[in-house]
Amino acid sequence: MSLLRLENVEKYYGSRSSLTKAVNDISFSVEKGEFTAIMGASGSGKTTLLNCISTIDRVTAGHIFLEDTDITSLKGKELNRFRRDKLGFIFQDFNLMDTLTAYENIALALSIQKRSAKETDKAVKAVAEQLGITDVLEKYPYQMSGGQKQRVASARAIVTEPKLVLADEPTGALDSKSAKLLLERFNYLNHEHGATIIMVTHDSFTASYASRVLFIKDGKLFNEINRGGDSRKQFFDKIIDVVTLLGGDVSDAL
Amino acid sequence: MLFKISLSNIRKSIKDYAVYFFTLVIGVAVFYVFNAIETQTAFLKVNEDQREMIKILTTAISGVSVFIAVVLGLLIVYASRFLMKRRNKEFALYMMLGMSKWKIAGLLLCETVIIGIGSLFVGLLIGIGLSQVMSAVVANLFEADMNDYRFTVSASAILKTIFYFSIMYVVVILRSGVVIGRCRLITLMNSGRRSEKITMKNPWLCVIVFLISAAVLGWAYHTVGWDFEHITERRIGLAILAGIVSTFFIFWSVSGMLLRVIMSAKGVYHRGLNSFTFRQLSSKINTTIASMTVICLMLFVTICTLSTAFTIRNSMNKGVEDNFPVDFYGRFALHTHDSSDDSSYHTGNIDDVYAQQNMSIYDDFGEYHHFYDYIESNFTFDTFAGDRKEELTGSSMSIYAMMNFTISFLKLSDYNAVMKLYGQKQIELNDGEYAVSANAAGMPEMYDKLLEDSTEITVFGNTLRPGSKKCILSSFYPDIQASNTGTIIVPDNAVSEKYRGVDYFVGNYSAADKKGKEAEEKTARDHWNYVLRWYKSPTENGYMSGIETRIEAANNAIGIGAIVTFLGLYIGFIFLVSCGAILALKELSESADSMPRYMMLRKLGVEERDISKSIFRQSGIFFLLPLLLACLHSYAGMRFAKIGLDLLVTENYIKPIIFTAVILIAIYGGYFLLTFLGSKAMVKEQK
Repeated sequence: MSLLRLENVEKYYGSRSSLTKAVNDISFSVEKGEFTAIMGASGSGKTTLLNCISTIDRVTAGHIFLEDTDITSLKGKELNRFRRDKLGFIFQDFNLMDTLTAYENIALALSIQKRSAKETDKAVKAVAEQLGITDVLEKYPYQMSGGQKQRVASARAIVTEPKLVLADEPTGALDSKSAKLLLERFNYLNHEHGATIIMVTHDSFTASYASRVLFIKDGKLFNEINRGGDSRKQFFDKIIDVVTLLGGDVSDAL
Repeated sequence: MLFKISLSNIRKSIKDYAVYFFTLVIGVAVFYVFNAIETQTAFLKVNEDQREMIKILTTAISGVSVFIAVVLGLLIVYASRFLMKRRNKEFALYMMLGMSKWKIAGLLLCETVIIGIGSLFVGLLIGIGLSQVMSAVVANLFEADMNDYRFTVSASAILKTIFYFSIMYVVVILRSGVVIGRCRLITLMNSGRRSEKITMKNPWLCVIVFLISAAVLGWAYHTVGWDFEHITERRIGLAILAGIVSTFFIFWSVSGMLLRVIMSAKGVYHRGLNSFTFRQLSSKINTTIASMTVICLMLFVTICTLSTAFTIRNSMNKGVEDNFPVDFYGRFALHTHDSSDDSSYHTGNIDDVYAQQNMSIYDDFGEYHHFYDYIESNFTFDTFAGDRKEELTGSSMSIYAMMNFTISFLKLSDYNAVMKLYGQKQIELNDGEYAVSANAAGMPEMYDKLLEDSTEITVFGNTLRPGSKKCILSSFYPDIQASNTGTIIVPDNAVSEKYRGVDYFVGNYSAADKKGKEAEEKTARDHWNYVLRWYKSPTENGYMSGIETRIEAANNAIGIGAIVTFLGLYIGFIFLVSCGAILALKELSESADSMPRYMMLRKLGVEERDISKSIFRQSGIFFLLPLLLACLHSYAGMRFAKIGLDLLVTENYIKPIIFTAVILIAIYGGYFLLTFLGSKAMVKEQK
């Protein structure tokens, strides 16, 4: 059984007279341990889709199942609890608390789950090790580089061992070196830890690290390619082909 | 166009402006209510004494109003400056679009005028409504009847309020004009980027500073509240200064230590949102140390003023009931002008004075007693206390004991006759015994100690021993407060008439109803004044005389009580509102700035309840911190006030403190609630 299943999800904005179909009848499923990238040009509806999966936004129609739970039917307290226990988030602009140190930022995710201080300490140190941020744990966000910040944010997202990690343009604010480092860490988490990751991006290079790429155009699922046994370079070329087909601007795609 | 932009600006930032506007409205309303008392009470049917008191009250209020206006002015300037800072980005945008500084200043002028007129209008409306209630309160205080009551609007108070507040708004406008004129586009644009640097103070330095400040504060407390022997004006001034400075440094060091202390408790710090909550709080306190200090001191002044005012008022009213048990009290004595003699008043008889005009004082009263006290000029409190003086004054809280005063003597028969007239307990004494009567605060306890030792006294050639080990709680002369510092009662045969001191006359009128008494009082008073005006003294040295009456004393007590209460409430209200407003503005704007943080907490899946709890804790501790220190200050301050008040007050302090707490909780707590709900709504808003 697949971990995540989307069934005819639709999300409309605006009134009857000027309707925007941001997500227009999308269905797909994600297996446990998959690293999925969702690609599309600006305005294609990929972030809206991610927001629907993360329950930050509500769908207009359709259903989203995580395991057996229909998350479109959750309300209020259940929603918060669902996000807290089942999901991990990584944002383009890091979204770290500027008043807290890296350690405290990561620990926050655990302490709101009401874990004990001892358990928290152990988990934070372990995840910091994996992401190579042990030496910045006592620093504040303003003292870190973008790459470090994003790795701290990633650590915060996975420290709770969520069912699903959602990343919204995680490399968007990073230079290419930091981006590469981060994506390699994602791969590591995916392979070694079996973390299920859904990543939204408009960058083909970033997407080439995934094992599967979904393309969205104008709110609809346009294409899907699997990496299979390809090398990353080969997979990247395939992605470029689809992007060209999509008619997206090359500068926008790269 | 300008007007339209300003109007929409206000509408847009209504959340920020709500507390500001609310505070202005309260300020205007309170200002009007107190200044309208004169007009509001014009219709009351009160007697001349009370009319006089109301006049003093209104004069005092207009005096205090100037001070209040200054406080409100500072608050308004602070608040407007604060609100302007929050709009730097907006101004930057205007300037970038090419708006001139004059235009922006004009925009601000428009906004201030709109808010000013709005707050004046709403505030005056509320004030006019409240002042009708105030009339009832005043009437109740002065026991005047409200039958002629009409709905009153005081034009003079309205004009005064408008005048004072217009000045404040003009100051605000000028200030913002200057600020706009000075600022540069680049600083405005960058102002949005708040420095996210977290400055951690050196924890050891904080601990040291805290300990030093606590020690200094302890010294200041000790000086004003406990160490009464060495009290001098200089030391009090020094203690106040030390208190202010150490208050500042206590906030400074606590802001640095609070976080460290919590952080060291890992189990607590990493539980739920605690780490977030305390970081927020610590940065908030770090940036408001100066305001916190001012707020703490203002709360301190408010608590002391209010509870002292209520204490005085309560004890004033009760004091007359307890200590003025007779309608009329007169005294008369001839002046001896003997410089070697401390008590230079001796003998003289009021009967002679009346007799010179062929009148008799006894005709004016139903029941009365006429008597003398006896004085041996070198018998003073020090003589009585002997070598125990040092020990007694050292342990005592009574300010009287520090002075040396002549103790007067009373014949047993006179004392008992007076007590019978007052409806109080009479006493028995055997030959060779004496008794002590006193009721001034602290004195009876002191005499008890002396009587326990069976201290013998030698006066008028007789040696006497105490008849009882207890001092009698009484006073042979009426007063508005318990002020008898000590009278010794001796058997009739133990005194000789040559030691006669002052001639006393106490009496009750024969009428039973209020009207009758008032009429008789007028007669008695006229007669007393008449006979003394034409009196020819047998010696060249003149004489002293005086009368006090129960009706007059009651009126004075009510009047003084009312003046003190109104002034206390006036100052207290404004101070509390100012404190609440500053904290609320700060807290609300912090919440607005922290909105993204709360958004992120939600994305992380924090429950609404936990977010509310965090906001509650943040604003709760923020409001509580200055209050706690202010309460500590007040404890020492009240101890100091108590020794001063002992001259006036015998009332206990519980009730006034409860009253004060109620007012404090109502206003300060109200602002806290407003802040908490406002922050919660603000943070919730963008879903």
